Amino acid sequence: MFTKKVKSRIFFLFLSSILAAIIIFTILRSLEENVVYFFSPTEIYNKANISFNKKIRIGGLVKINSVSKNETSINFIITDFKKEIAVSYNGLVPNLFSEGKGVVAEGKLKDKKYFVADKILAKHDENYMPSEVSKALGKSNN
Amino acid sequence: MFKNFFPNKILSLTNTTINSLVVLLIIVVTIGLIYSLLISPPDYIQGDSVRIMYVHVPSSFIALGCFGFMGIASICNLIFKIKFMSLLAKSLAPIGCIFTLISIVTGSFWGKPTWGIWWVWDARLTSMIILLIFYIAYILTWKIVDSFEKANKISSIIGIIGLFNIPVIKYSVDWWNTLHQPSSITLTSAPTIHYTMLVPLVIMFFGMLIYTLIIFLMRYKTEVMKFKIDKKKNYK
Repeated sequence: MFTKKVKSRIFFLFLSSILAAIIIFTILRSLEENVVYFFSPTEIYNKANISFNKKIRIGGLVKINSVSKNETSINFIITDFKKEIAVSYNGLVPNLFSEGKGVVAEGKLKDKKYFVADKILAKHDENYMPSEVSKALGKSNN
Repeated sequence: MFKNFFPNKILSLTNTTINSLVVLLIIVVTIGLIYSLLISPPDYIQGDSVRIMYVHVPSSFIALGCFGFMGIASICNLIFKIKFMSLLAKSLAPIGCIFTLISIVTGSFWGKPTWGIWWVWDARLTSMIILLIFYIAYILTWKIVDSFEKANKISSIIGIIGLFNIPVIKYSVDWWNTLHQPSSITLTSAPTIHYTMLVPLVIMFFGMLIYTLIIFLMRYKTEVMKFKIDKKKNYK
């Protein structure tokens, strides 16, 4: 069906594609620590060697009823429903920051359970709906 | 037969076709904009900033789709040496590049009110920048390299290498922890966007698709004409 030349080109391209895919896969795999934008509390808990001086990001959901604010700082708990990390932060939080919603905190770990953040980002999920629908859903869930 | 058929067919494309497509574009985009900016409701947490989605998501789709086509065309071009495949890819490149840029810019406009930051180096955003670099490299190859044969080969290789980036962009939000939210529209499950917001999104997508088609047809026709003129010149 194909001429010999075309066949050899297909073969060459196919082989080099597989090779390239393997190389990219290995690179991304070994760089996983750098590619992930944040660690979940469970990942922090399972990590063997954490440097407490390096800036890292942790992310998860803001635990419900965990946010406490005073004049200068805000304290809350980031949870992934398995492990939790307490976070304290001085500054303004984004508008979308709220209990039960996603959050990413950048800063330093004091120990595996306590984190001092110097930047808070809100992470929203992939659900979009009008507020009436959300209220109706909330009612039917309760 | 297929080889000669397509480039000649495009030369018979008249302005009437283009004009009727432009009329269609204006109608669809007007309906899409009215629906997305006025009729569709604000989001339950994001409020009105969700309206950026109606531009952001379709442009990202088209940016990825264009490069997908270019990559496949590049493969066909390298293997079967079909010239018009590279002309196809060449005419698609600037459109995809612009939509990548629109996607990145609107994305950062959306990021500021929702995430609280314009830009982060998470996997999705970084891979999108890489896509932009591939687009620019592709376009520049055609601009800088003088000989058609050489430019054809180099740009095809760029197209094929860049093709690997497409699944990385698509699945970056599933493979790694990212600040960017996961996809709302997937092939395997129902969309997680309420239909009052999904309808304007789909209309806007079709609007941008028609725009892409118009620009593509016009560019492709020009490229084919240029190619034929160059060929005639070389014979003399």
